[in-house]
Amino acid sequence: MIYHAKSGHPGGSLSAVETLVTLYFDVMNHRPEQPDWKDRDRFILSKGHAAPVLYAVLAECGYTPKDQLNTLREMGSIYQGHPDMRFIPALEASTGSLGLGLSLALGMGLAAKLDNSPSRTYVMVGDGEIQEGQIWEAAMFGAYHHVDNVCCIVDYNKIQLDGWVKDIMGLEPLADKWRAFGWHVIQPDGHSIAELQAAFAEAAATKIKPTVIIAETVKGKGVSFMENNPKFHGVAPSADEYKKAMEELQ
Amino acid sequence: MATAKHELKLGRATREAFGDALVELGRENPNVVVCDADLSKSTYTHLFAKEFKDRFFECGIAEANMVAIGAGLAHAGKVPFVSSFSAFLLNKGFEQLRVTAAYGRTNLKAVGTHSGISIGEDGPSQMSIEDISLASSLAGFTVIAPCDEISMKELVKQAAHTWGPFFIRAGRAKCAVVYKPDQKFEIGKAIEVVPGTDVTVIANGLLVTEAVKASDILADEGISVRVIDMHTVKPIDREAIAKAAGETGAIVVAEEHLVDAGLGVRVAQVVGETNPCVMEFLGIENTYAESGTPDDLLDKYGMRAKNVIEKVKAVLARKKK
Ligand SMILES: Cc1ncc(C[n+]2csc(CCOP(=O)(O)OP(=O)(O)O)c2C)c(N)n1
Ligand SMILES: [Mg+2]
Repeated sequence: MIYHAKSGHPGGSLSAVETLVTLYFDVMNHRPEQPDWKDRDRFILSKGHAAPVLYAVLAECGYTPKDQLNTLREMGSIYQGHPDMRFIPALEASTGSLGLGLSLALGMGLAAKLDNSPSRTYVMVGDGEIQEGQIWEAAMFGAYHHVDNVCCIVDYNKIQLDGWVKDIMGLEPLADKWRAFGWHVIQPDGHSIAELQAAFAEAAATKIKPTVIIAETVKGKGVSFMENNPKFHGVAPSADEYKKAMEELQ
Repeated sequence: MATAKHELKLGRATREAFGDALVELGRENPNVVVCDADLSKSTYTHLFAKEFKDRFFECGIAEANMVAIGAGLAHAGKVPFVSSFSAFLLNKGFEQLRVTAAYGRTNLKAVGTHSGISIGEDGPSQMSIEDISLASSLAGFTVIAPCDEISMKELVKQAAHTWGPFFIRAGRAKCAVVYKPDQKFEIGKAIEVVPGTDVTVIANGLLVTEAVKASDILADEGISVRVIDMHTVKPIDREAIAKAAGETGAIVVAEEHLVDAGLGVRVAQVVGETNPCVMEFLGIENTYAESGTPDDLLDKYGMRAKNVIEKVKAVLARKKK
């Protein structure tokens, strides 16, 4: 998709694959044939630049056409550069400006509680993204208001746009930060489906506290020359790179 | 009467010229400091960061904090430039711009790149179509939207040399070179890029080039179009506007910005206060755009010479003989 579009964000899409696959195929209660089902579990991709992985999963689930995936970023395509609800009504939010998704998720979580709905809301944020102050305002809110039907996943791939997170604005000790803000913390390998499944089950069973899953991931996972390479945050692969990547991903 | 056509060669993006200006400023003044929010390779502040490591502050993805850090640096005597995509700088940092930089009266220079819809495929979340409106609503701010690399470089330098809070708008796309290297610029003083008598097009940013192209085409039809580059939106050049309204009796304002909140309404205010005349407005109409190539977007959202021509004809049709 990104190769055909000649622009996009491969690194942060590849680091999130297992989390999204686990959520949409194992964990979440949702009905692709009825996207507006009131009691559905919801997912917000707060790091909206990873839209390609979300589009691939939504298409695989049957929400959107698979044969249009390669129109990513083209004018008129439903697969916009960042997730856009005007084009895909099944999306829970239009994202792309970082830092907003956790607050949105908490609002949805509160509404579900008011409505006595079993709906749970999942939101994925980037590790660079959580440098935004609003994330920590939301973290404080979520714990104080016991929004335990919200689960936040941090895609802890250690790289942001200009380089390594530790060289830009280090986050450590990250788990302690979330604990201090009153969240239940789980730290699975974000590329192990089994560990992710266990983490989501633990999150669902955790009452009163909201849960944050700090998923240990590798940016560009699965493509040797993209792994841990800040260059592939927002650059499409060349023709040769694309061929090599597709071979490695088979 | 055939007029000589303007040569408009493609040059560099205004964000690149901003990066160059910063490096030159860094060399001439040790008090120039720069902050960025994880976009330094896109805003071109990485050029400054490379040469002046100790005077560059990487703020992470935290624009609001960055703006107030910049204001603090300014209060303590530095000449700080804070930079990000225009959308994030203005929208996330507005409270900080308002209270710490405008109300707090500082020498902060806020530079937003990737303005307008011509950023292309990333789409509306990264497109800034309301930045001029927001920045112009900050009391005491000077607001600048240059149209090419030459005016950008020179006006960034003048901003650094002029005390007070500034917002400077830069673009992502490469754009035509409108000016010769020896052109003189003055903050607050519009430039008549093309002389004309029948109608005036007042524009800034990318639309200056489109207006110049339109004036060339219309000249062949016998319509004499004055083109004014209103690079400073605030304080606006009242004299140039009053003169154009009085002398040509018809004005079109063209901008890559929401039409109901940008340069157009500011020009209209001055026209109303001086020499009322018929006006038309070209800009983005009450919508958020979408992904696409910059060219396709500029076509679809009506930011081209052909759209300027339509507006010119519409305004001339309303002009009293
Ligand atoms: C508010 C805001 N500031 C800046 C950007 C530009 N931007 C897009 S992605 C990105 C880096 C994100 O890094 P991270 O959150 O770690 O994402 P990942 O590594 O998962 O791709 C930046 C700075 C943005 N989209 N929104
Ligand atoms: Mg990251």
